Amino acid sequence: MKPILECYGLSKTYGNGQWALSNLNLSLERGQIVGLLGPNGSGKTTLIKLINDLLVPSEGSIHIDGNLPGVETKKMISYLPERTYLAPSWKVRDLVSYFEDFYEDFRRERAQQMLEALGISLHARLRALSKGTREKVQLVMVMSREASLYILDEPIGGVDPAARDYILNTILTNYNENATILISTHLISDIEKILDRVIFLQNGQAVLNATVDEIRMEQKKSIDMLFREVFRC
Amino acid sequence: MTWNLDNNMPIYLQLMEQIQRDIISGKYGPGDKLPSVRELAVEAAVNPNTMQKALSELERGGLVYSQRTSGRFITEDEELIKELKREQAGKYLAEFFENMRSLGLKEEEIRVLFEEAMKGEKKE
Repeated sequence: MKPILECYGLSKTYGNGQWALSNLNLSLERGQIVGLLGPNGSGKTTLIKLINDLLVPSEGSIHIDGNLPGVETKKMISYLPERTYLAPSWKVRDLVSYFEDFYEDFRRERAQQMLEALGISLHARLRALSKGTREKVQLVMVMSREASLYILDEPIGGVDPAARDYILNTILTNYNENATILISTHLISDIEKILDRVIFLQNGQAVLNATVDEIRMEQKKSIDMLFREVFRC
Repeated sequence: MTWNLDNNMPIYLQLMEQIQRDIISGKYGPGDKLPSVRELAVEAAVNPNTMQKALSELERGGLVYSQRTSGRFITEDEELIKELKREQAGKYLAEFFENMRSLGLKEEEIRVLFEEAMKGEKKE
């Protein structure tokens, strides 16, 4: 089987003479949870937007299951953006219908089960929910798809530690073992136990790409500690 | 079960140790069926592949075995479990002596303290 994601010589500039990504080579296998880690401005969100066809590479290429980003790849990728795009006037049930309409692989029962477990009413308006609850709703939507690649940009940024645990649990219980999950986050210590592999981005390049246990074995330290060392300000 | 994972060791090794401890302590008896990889991973809040690796390693050591369709089981070899218990107890004892010596205590002093502590334990 082809890798789910391949980047060759991927570069992106926004035309200001600086490279947000610079000659990035990356290949992600199926059935892994991968942490995309790096300081602010290292290129994480640029990479994520390129994978999701929201930006066009300046140089190099991206293949998702062998396809260039486009309509077909959007069917395979379930994407949680950093910022919400949901209309505050919608009710939760509108959102469920919208996702069901939009994505063939959306599983309504799964979404409803998770919402019920969270005690979120289908009749609630998004505007009336707390920020943390809105983030959970959005994650529920994204994880209720049967995608091949999940891309979660800062999924636990705005929520309290208990909600973080719930979100990580949701991720662990809902992905199937052939799917790959790419998670970008700053909250490394919260998330490193669920990762297979981490990629450190620095100045638009991958400076480390290894499994969590390889790193712990060789460095005798956690990913969180290693990150603090590599990116010491 | 609570899973305590610290920072510096590979996660699969820590998972192995904890499962091993649950076997030694009798929480899982000989021949018992283990929960599925997914269930254990969710419970410990770790990556399923990491849990899989921990279980495969335990399997290599003979402590668990898998049956293709029905899952993973604890070994029925009670001698092996006893042996592991002795081994683990030995490690704790070595640690104990090291800690005591680091306080500058001599063997005789350690013995006296140990016996006093044992008496205290029994009373409670």
